[in-house]
Amino acid sequence: MAPADRHPVGTGMPVAPEPAPPDTALVDLTAAPEGAAPLLPPEVIAQTLREYLRVHVLRIRSGESGMLPVLLGLVIVAIVFQAVSPHHVFLSARNIVNLFQQSAVFMVLAMAEIFALLLGEIDLSIGYVGPVGAVIAVQLVQPVTTNWPWEAAIVVALLACALIGAIQGTLVTRLRLPSFIVTLAGLLTFNGVLLIVLAFGPFSGYPSLIGRSVNLHALYDLMWGHVSPLMGWIIMAAVVGVLSLNLLLRDTRRRQSGLVAPPLSITLIKIAFMAAVGIVVVIVCNLNRAAIGTLEGVPYAIFIVLGVLGIWTFLLQRTRYGRYLYAIGGNPEAARRAGINVNMVRTLAFVLCSLTAGVAGLLYASYLGGMSNNVNGGQLVLYAVAAAVIGGTSLFGGRGKIVHGVLGGLVIGGIYNGMYLLGLAVQWEFIVTGLVLIGAVTIDSLSRRGTASGSVGR
Amino acid sequence: MVEASVGEPLLKVRGIYKSFGAVQALADVDLDVPAGQITALCGDNGAGKSVLIKCIAGIYEPEQGHIYWEGRPARIRNAHDAGALGIETVYQDLALADNLDIVQNMFLGRERLRHRLLDENDMERAAAETLAGLGVTTVRSIRQPVGSLSGGQRQSVAVAKAVMWNSKLVIMDEPTAALGVTQTTMVLNLIERLRDNGLAVLMISHNLNDVVAVADRMAVLYLGRMVAQDAASAFDRQSIVEYMTTGGVGLTTTGPGVGARDGAR
Repeated sequence: MAPADRHPVGTGMPVAPEPAPPDTALVDLTAAPEGAAPLLPPEVIAQTLREYLRVHVLRIRSGESGMLPVLLGLVIVAIVFQAVSPHHVFLSARNIVNLFQQSAVFMVLAMAEIFALLLGEIDLSIGYVGPVGAVIAVQLVQPVTTNWPWEAAIVVALLACALIGAIQGTLVTRLRLPSFIVTLAGLLTFNGVLLIVLAFGPFSGYPSLIGRSVNLHALYDLMWGHVSPLMGWIIMAAVVGVLSLNLLLRDTRRRQSGLVAPPLSITLIKIAFMAAVGIVVVIVCNLNRAAIGTLEGVPYAIFIVLGVLGIWTFLLQRTRYGRYLYAIGGNPEAARRAGINVNMVRTLAFVLCSLTAGVAGLLYASYLGGMSNNVNGGQLVLYAVAAAVIGGTSLFGGRGKIVHGVLGGLVIGGIYNGMYLLGLAVQWEFIVTGLVLIGAVTIDSLSRRGTASGSVGR
Repeated sequence: MVEASVGEPLLKVRGIYKSFGAVQALADVDLDVPAGQITALCGDNGAGKSVLIKCIAGIYEPEQGHIYWEGRPARIRNAHDAGALGIETVYQDLALADNLDIVQNMFLGRERLRHRLLDENDMERAAAETLAGLGVTTVRSIRQPVGSLSGGQRQSVAVAKAVMWNSKLVIMDEPTAALGVTQTTMVLNLIERLRDNGLAVLMISHNLNDVVAVADRMAVLYLGRMVAQDAASAFDRQSIVEYMTTGGVGLTTTGPGVGARDGAR
């Protein structure tokens, strides 16, 4: 190590290094790793917009790229498919809404998987746990058999998923079985359970959501229903308003407490960005996307995805439970010594994973308009893991955000949709998705090497 | 002896026994740890240093013997009991989560809440105060992940985490083992600052230089027995090595006594 490299440079802040060692022959392996400074969240050291941007660039150059790769990936997917799709329909309002509906299952399933990934575990079973929940709901609302109200059917379906998660989580944490094996067994088991539940009733194994019953309609509308154009604007304004207010209040409170807050310009840019995204989404969804007649308005599915995103982000970022989940993912022994009930937190993570998978399953059933033995859960779960990793969540635990699932799911959904538009056979979709996944893991691995997270010399 | 006049030590350990299967890790061990002093616990590998501090920190429960805290008998069955008394331990591996920032690590397991949600501002302020009080000024921001810190800074964070909780005794397991020269100095200064703030420090160290530099008292374990315990001034380098390697066979008549038991032996 050259002496000049010993301390991070160029962040524009007064560097407060330890004095250079008296004897340069004694190389101090524990000194701050090179490039450590750009690891800092820009909010905490930058006081002006320019500094903020500069720190951002530094962070990216040092490998701490955050969500940048997946955002770039989304842009590339959009540009490429827009250019090559027949009649350039990829970015048409109709196709974008369609794309979003196709991606919704991947996005929610990826958000589910992130709970397991944050622990450094994996849940391979959710590709069938979700559909098991879905088939329970679909069966319960059938008018000719049980004819349950749709709300009750959804609650029971989600509870069933949560129970499955609790069982698998208990096996992993109490019996210390590897999650890979437990959930691989779950993948098989719940495939079987799905087939058994499908066979109930006089539906020849194909309980459908098509029909006149209110309850069938309600489940069908999870994916295909939408709010009126006006309602879309109202909800969007409310959501952006609440989030902006929250952001501004937080900064104000930090300043009042004498803490460093990001400069106002940054916050305003963030708010403007949020508003712009919201407006674009509502405009696109409010365009008439029907070939004949009228079909316009923001689909419920978008609200369901955003709801899951919002609730789980809140849980992970603002509550004790979320903090413990990250701590266990980063250093389980430290968490245990801090008095955290590690087994409880880990088991609950599997419960939340399966519960969220249940939401994805319901969306999937709605997307298919029913349930059949045609579900490829193995592929679904692999797409979910791929989406989470493409989004920026680490497979090694402790690093990742719920929003990564949404962004990664959009990339996967975009590839899926674009390939379909091109009329390419499914094998090409698999190959391209596989290559994108390899790319994403490579970025994850390279950025880890670039930042030397923690133990030097690894 | 100087120590005799100080009065009741903060922590008194008397006649502790602990074995693992056939291995007698500690046999009839006494130890005094007075407040406002740095007590160094020395001994060769396998002498029982770690077992002894784990008995005090509540990781192990001794099979026999008594622990007195501020003169009263205390039972320390787990880390929680130790924390309730005011005993905090900084282990060699520091027990920090690299993916969390300094504030999050310092409050891990004891987060402050406001309306049942994490009160980040309050925690950040308190963490900053503690770090400033310890003279830890080299970190650029207390919101940076611990994984980006140097070894000495990580040690400082671990110590700050330990002293945040009105602790009275800080136990440190090999605080300088993994550090270079500069960072060792930084950590030793930090340890002295803890003492100057009135805390008791019990420090395990292999490094005689460190021990000689900061310790006020020394205790030497040899094969699970306490062979010497006295003010640091009563030892010289030669005698410490002798106690550590041979149990002080040739020294017992002239060197410092076992001390803690007031001549019972």
